[in-house]
Amino acid sequence: MELLIGQMFAGLSLGSVLLLAALGLSLTFGQMGVINMAHGEFMMAGAYTAFVVQRTISDAGASLLVSIPVGFLVGGLLGLVLEAVLLRRMYHRPLDTLLVTFGVALILQQAARDIFGAPSVDVRAPAWLQGNIELLGAPIPLTRLFILLLSLVCLAGLALILKATPLGRRIRAVVLNRDLAETSGISTRRTDQLTFFIGSGLAGVAGVAVTLIGSTSPYLGTNYIVDAFLVVVAGGVGQIKGAVIAAFALGVLQSVFEFSTTASIGKVLILVLIVVFLQLRPQGIFSLKTRSLA
Amino acid sequence: MSTFLQSRWSVLAGFAAGAVLLLVAAPAALSVFNLALLGKFICFAIVAVGIGLAWGRGGMLTLGQGVFFGLGAYIMAMHLKLADAALFGGSGVPDFMSLYGSGEVPGWWEPFRSPVVTLIAVVLVPGLVALVLGLAVFKRRVKGAYFAILSQALAAAFAVFLIGQQATTGGSNGLSGFRSFFGFDLKDPSNKLMLYSIAAVVLLLALAAARQLMRSRFGELLVAVRDQEERVRFLGYDPATIKTVTYVIAAVMAGIAGALFVPIVGIVSPADVGVIPSIAFLIGVAIGGRATLLGPVLGALSVAIAQTSLASTFPSFWVYFQGLLFVLVIGFMPGGLASLPRLISQLKQRRTGQRSTAPAPAATPDSATAPTTIPEGASR
Repeated sequence: MELLIGQMFAGLSLGSVLLLAALGLSLTFGQMGVINMAHGEFMMAGAYTAFVVQRTISDAGASLLVSIPVGFLVGGLLGLVLEAVLLRRMYHRPLDTLLVTFGVALILQQAARDIFGAPSVDVRAPAWLQGNIELLGAPIPLTRLFILLLSLVCLAGLALILKATPLGRRIRAVVLNRDLAETSGISTRRTDQLTFFIGSGLAGVAGVAVTLIGSTSPYLGTNYIVDAFLVVVAGGVGQIKGAVIAAFALGVLQSVFEFSTTASIGKVLILVLIVVFLQLRPQGIFSLKTRSLA
Repeated sequence: MSTFLQSRWSVLAGFAAGAVLLLVAAPAALSVFNLALLGKFICFAIVAVGIGLAWGRGGMLTLGQGVFFGLGAYIMAMHLKLADAALFGGSGVPDFMSLYGSGEVPGWWEPFRSPVVTLIAVVLVPGLVALVLGLAVFKRRVKGAYFAILSQALAAAFAVFLIGQQATTGGSNGLSGFRSFFGFDLKDPSNKLMLYSIAAVVLLLALAAARQLMRSRFGELLVAVRDQEERVRFLGYDPATIKTVTYVIAAVMAGIAGALFVPIVGIVSPADVGVIPSIAFLIGVAIGGRATLLGPVLGALSVAIAQTSLASTFPSFWVYFQGLLFVLVIGFMPGGLASLPRLISQLKQRRTGQRSTAPAPAATPDSATAPTTIPEGASR
């Protein structure tokens, strides 16, 4: 029983990390069609933000709480610059954005290596997040519980923005029909910029969160980017609820597979499962009904 | 000019010139070490020919060519390991297995003791994997970004799998230390020349095959699928079959290149097959001109040469440079260097203020280097 709960929680925790990484992607890839390979590097920037903030504010608890909004800003601003300089010109060829942003990712990785050095650095978790709580006899690490909560807060915040604010309405309108939105007086330029800002900012928050469970290196982003994209693809592009289900399903399945086989076989099994799943539902768990033939 | 370029004789002449350059001039001019280096680059160029077909002509952004390259390479490496062990070790068990594993050769290695099986498997295994994946993906009309991400995940999973199986694949060290190649001593310079020549001939053959394919009805259909998949379907063709066949051809080219890479370079490890090397294959193709015949080859060769000369002396600078190449070429010159003449003439036109509605004369492509325009359809 303890083992089962422990495994389930490990899966949920992995799922929450995936969800944090994939939420922003789901927004930028799903809503805008941009395939941002530098999303992982925005996470890495968020993680280094937490590191830098902790060096200025030595109290671990305060620095964590400060890091989250600052990480959001850092990620968001990076995204804004990327959108303004490069992606703006490339909305009509989405596949090429993948390669361009991969180039950006390489540059950011090397920049991080030149600034912070190749060895990884550590961010201290605050005292109130150290230790475990018992759930039906199974130890649950507080840091992972915190990340789970953080991912749910981010999810709720994003859902609120999309459903209940004028900005969210504009974003949804642009996704459904860009031309019609434009003729209705919505500035698609501004909407694109804000969407990208929020999506990239979420990557920054995800970066701050993962400093709690591991060390930070210039290659932090490469560990998450492929899995995060798989979550978005399996969930259905442009579907936040799909991303939520896919993230937790992948998290739980991966920890089950890794527990019953090995880490490497688990990865391969997950991929096979996703290919098979796309056979059944090529558009992901949820798909937007459009009149396009694709 | 174009009539001369299009004539069959000039193509044959160009082909012969390439053959002389690769097979006579290069071996005469280069040292043994540099010739092996060129051989390695030629392996990358063979992969690039396949990517040019699948991506440039077919619009399939394949981020997993490292997998097929790796399959070919590991199959060849397993055979060389087993052959070496039988020749020199006596026990017939490759050295690293007794180091990390049980000291027994696992069952799935056994077929590769036979040189014939190995040579067939080098072509067949990557081809079959691509066939299954291609059918699974394209028949269900999974395309564009979805396909790109799946192929990338495949590369990631393949590398993780190889690293995890230390006892049977050598883990992150990979397989290395080969001494013989089908009975030929790998240290002998004349055998090195032979390996290089095989790679060069394979590259020429791959180019010839790609050219024939591009000029055939099939090649026309492939470009049509890239630009307007739905229209091709409405005309009664099955785009999935066309795409799958092309994907398999690209995979087989990558597999053969991998198999040649192993004896020439002397090592294969997960670092040669993962996500990063798989994407790195693309940049040369993009620089040269993804939809052209020679562009991918020349691009891949020049990137490999630049990397070798720059990366060792300025490792940090090289990464920035590589990143910038991706950004600048794909972002601002998607047709690659092959589109440079057209871009310049467009610039000139814009400067002189002539806004002609007809395409510039330089833009009329001859059929061998035809459409350099870039697909747009992935979002629709």
